[in-house]
Amino acid sequence: MKRRLFLKSAMAGSAVATAVGAGLLAPSMVFANTADFKAKSDAATASTAAAGKGSFKFKAPKIAENGAVVPVTVDASKMEGVTQISISVANNGTPLAASFNLSGAQGYVSTRIKMGKTSPVVALVTAGGVTTKVTQEVKVTIGGCGG
Amino acid sequence: MGSIKLKPKARKGVIGIKALIKHPMETGQRKKKGKLVPANHIVHMVVSHNGTVVVDADIGSTVSKNPYFKFNVAGAKGDTIELKYKDNKGKTGSATAKSK
Repeated sequence: MKRRLFLKSAMAGSAVATAVGAGLLAPSMVFANTADFKAKSDAATASTAAAGKGSFKFKAPKIAENGAVVPVTVDASKMEGVTQISISVANNGTPLAASFNLSGAQGYVSTRIKMGKTSPVVALVTAGGVTTKVTQEVKVTIGGCGG
Repeated sequence: MGSIKLKPKARKGVIGIKALIKHPMETGQRKKKGKLVPANHIVHMVVSHNGTVVVDADIGSTVSKNPYFKFNVAGAKGDTIELKYKDNKGKTGSATAKSK
């Protein structure tokens, strides 16, 4: 438990440190997501790199009419022991859109995300301790962050 | 901050939980009339079924405005579903509904 806490704070610390070092974050400027969430996002990106192809269903439109509202559905209900479903947008500022820890609900989530531009969207499903992914490229004609 | 529409519906032993939360979900990166709109989005959400937490979600600013979620949980008509959220400003919201 202590090791995890230490690792967690180390990760969060380093994530913020690199961002500040790169001049991306001025402290007075709005920090859209907390350091803790950014750490989760970095961890998700790392998981994505390491994960093998999943056998679950990931529905996302090939072309998003409106980048502000892109419906995505992850259906891993046929998988056993699903504990977590995460959705990441590779080319967004903070890739991790949401991470759902399931402790009784079935392996299924549906939501709507914002996409700034065309990007692969990754669904990560962790079941029985193993994380797998399905990626889908979503083309965006109008960006979703008002830009 | 916003109101929540929570619609659980039981069908064949599974409750489909549909939730629509009214929330601006500002990323903190958008500019309005030259000024940066500050971040204002849900960060955490918990869904419970008959008092037991079934979904514990970390939400980022990438989720759309007025976020919509759908989950499935094994259950029956009459079960109680509760949704609680917290946003980055510390504001919270919650809703409870009995499954139809």
